[in-house]
Amino acid sequence: MMIDTVMWSKWLTGMTLAFHTIFSTIGVGVPLMIAIAEFVGIRKKDHHYTLMAKRWSRGFIISVAVGVVTGTAIALQLALVWPKFMQIGGNVIALPLFMEVFAFFFEAIFLGIYLYTWGRFRNPYIHLLLTIPIVAGAGMSAVFITTVNGFMNQPGGFVMEAGQFTAVNPLEVMLNTATPSKVFHVLTSAYLTGAALLAGIAAYTILRRGVSAYSKKALKLMMTVVVAFSLLTSLAGDMSAKFLAEHQPEKLAAAEWHFETERGADLILLGWLNAENEILGAIHLPKALSFLAFGDFSAEVTGLEEFPPDEHPPLIVHYLFDFMVLSGMVILGIGLLYFLFLFWKKRNELNKWLLRSIVFSTFLAFLGIEFGWFYAELGRQPWIVRGYMRVEEAATTSPNVRILFFLFLLLYVVMGTMCVIVLRRLFHNNPPEVELNKLAQASIEKGEQL
Amino acid sequence: MISYELAGISVLWIFLYGYLIVASIDFGAGFFALYARLTKQDHLINRLISRYLSPVWEITNVFFVFFFVGIIGFFPDTAYYYGSALLVPGSIAVILLAVRGSFYAFQNYGSKQNIIYLFLYGATGLLIPASLSVALTLSEGGFIIENSGTVTLAYWTLLTSPLSWSIVALAIVSVLFISSSFLAYYASRAEDQSALKLMRTYALFWSIPTIIAAFTAFVFLSQHNERHFHNMMDLWWLLGSSVAFFMIATWLLYYGRLYGLAFIFVMLQFLCAFFAYGIGQYPYILDPYITIQSGATNESMGIALVVAFIGGLCLLVPSLILVFRLFLFDAEYVKGKK
Repeated sequence: MMIDTVMWSKWLTGMTLAFHTIFSTIGVGVPLMIAIAEFVGIRKKDHHYTLMAKRWSRGFIISVAVGVVTGTAIALQLALVWPKFMQIGGNVIALPLFMEVFAFFFEAIFLGIYLYTWGRFRNPYIHLLLTIPIVAGAGMSAVFITTVNGFMNQPGGFVMEAGQFTAVNPLEVMLNTATPSKVFHVLTSAYLTGAALLAGIAAYTILRRGVSAYSKKALKLMMTVVVAFSLLTSLAGDMSAKFLAEHQPEKLAAAEWHFETERGADLILLGWLNAENEILGAIHLPKALSFLAFGDFSAEVTGLEEFPPDEHPPLIVHYLFDFMVLSGMVILGIGLLYFLFLFWKKRNELNKWLLRSIVFSTFLAFLGIEFGWFYAELGRQPWIVRGYMRVEEAATTSPNVRILFFLFLLLYVVMGTMCVIVLRRLFHNNPPEVELNKLAQASIEKGEQL
Repeated sequence: MISYELAGISVLWIFLYGYLIVASIDFGAGFFALYARLTKQDHLINRLISRYLSPVWEITNVFFVFFFVGIIGFFPDTAYYYGSALLVPGSIAVILLAVRGSFYAFQNYGSKQNIIYLFLYGATGLLIPASLSVALTLSEGGFIIENSGTVTLAYWTLLTSPLSWSIVALAIVSVLFISSSFLAYYASRAEDQSALKLMRTYALFWSIPTIIAAFTAFVFLSQHNERHFHNMMDLWWLLGSSVAFFMIATWLLYYGRLYGLAFIFVMLQFLCAFFAYGIGQYPYILDPYITIQSGATNESMGIALVVAFIGGLCLLVPSLILVFRLFLFDAEYVKGKK
């Protein structure tokens, strides 16, 4: 009965976060792309890019709406589903939570202004300046909320006394050792995903409607960003792995199915486990794990057996980890291929297979984010605050949580479907060419030159 | 030097008041948009409503999260008691908020208007204040049972309590009154006579049930929680000013002049009543489990939060002024010329 409630609580929170992550990633990543497009448009005096910024922000606001409401849901669920955690942990994480809301508040204000002031200022750079608080606000809210997650993984900045966190140093809590690598990884992967999404849309449009100057420019601009942030994301991933090896070895060990502490540890890709926890059918890269973790092929990597069995994370995280890394690598590869074809005159960078892979890499980017977060969160089980509070101590005791799970499931299915339908309608019958024609028509009537 | 927990609750109470006003405008607008559509008067006011709401709906939502995160931060015990007790009503409010927020965006930024979207948006506008007001009722005590470390909500007591229903009724009619008096003002700014006429009628219509519901809730409070009632009676001058502001506001609305001033008086009316209610509840946040002193977070976090508050307000207030100047007080925008 007790266990049951805990399980449903986990499922409910996991589901809400998985759904929210899709939209919050768009929320962090896409504003930067809008700002880049608007900036390029003003600099090059090319109205194609300005239109890009406009169309993207129109779609963006729909996804923001879903992001806002699911974000509200998760904020409330923290207290509703995990009351014990918030009662004790609230003393420690209140500041970053609060600052996250501030950052978001700031973003919300300027997003409203940005959307409704196109063409209201004489100097186009003033409107562009409005993107700064939006990009900064979105980025900062990601930073603050990630510090909370960092704290739950790597608690510090307090003294534990009779089941209470005392002598709290709020800044030390936020700047825990997990924060730098986590923040870096979250931001780079969000920008990567935002760019991959918009590149994927451009590639899809070319596949469906043929090449147009607008789509070609959008694709090239976004692929540039994809490649840049793929490289940065790989760097961030590497930093995170080195962090785990040092500070959270049980998580890395579970991800790598690394059971015995040894020097020169192998990196294991895929495979499966039998009943005795022997690894079958996996690809072994000799000594690669030691190198990845410590930059030294013969370094000692702590194995899972060093930890008591009731503190082992579930071993399924191995697959999540592998797929996360794999999706990042594939996206980088597709991006590099695109630029290889672009600069190598004999090849056409707009060939069907390459465009299809770019569309595919959009899905990969989102899957990679989900895999990454599920790995990060499942990897610290059974703890809610690692080393201090276990998940089952924190969950609500109300049996109603099971019904609520299904109610929220229904909500997300409806909201997700509606969101897709509305976005499709918004753009399907209104391709960029039609809008460009309208713009041209309007300026001819005004007697201006485009 | 006032204590940080008192500073905390005061700022939070101001924020909750801010949410009360902006959210009422928003919730009421949704309902009026739906009602006008059903009575085929939507051509009169829909443009007005969407012009005001489009740039600010997100801000309204953040106000709520802000209060909510703030109270848990300052008083973590509230998370435990309210969180445990409100799992079901709180989740329902979340779902309603989610439906409302997303369908507003679908309706407004999507390419097609749809009566179902409008219905969801309008109907939730009344259900959300009703479900949120449950938290206010709970704070009076007697609805939460703590038994060997498990906190549960006494549903039956809550559902049969005249106090809880009178608070729900007050929440709903206040929403409609605040919203219609604001929209009347906004219509007068836009010099939109037909919308103004309609909104003025609504405002006058909802003023009567608002004052009746306020008195009813007050009477039931006196039966439920005598301490709170007596504390509020000691603040008679605040309650008296609230009634006086209400009368001036309705008088201005009735004679159809100075709509801006009328709305300010409506705001003052609720400000006085809201603060009389809040100060009267002192020192309890949840009678009898949490007081402001017992439930407060540790000092270092409390001070950090107050600093964050001040820093954040330095950022927010100028931004909010900018929004108001661009959309609310820019006559050209309000009239639809920008």
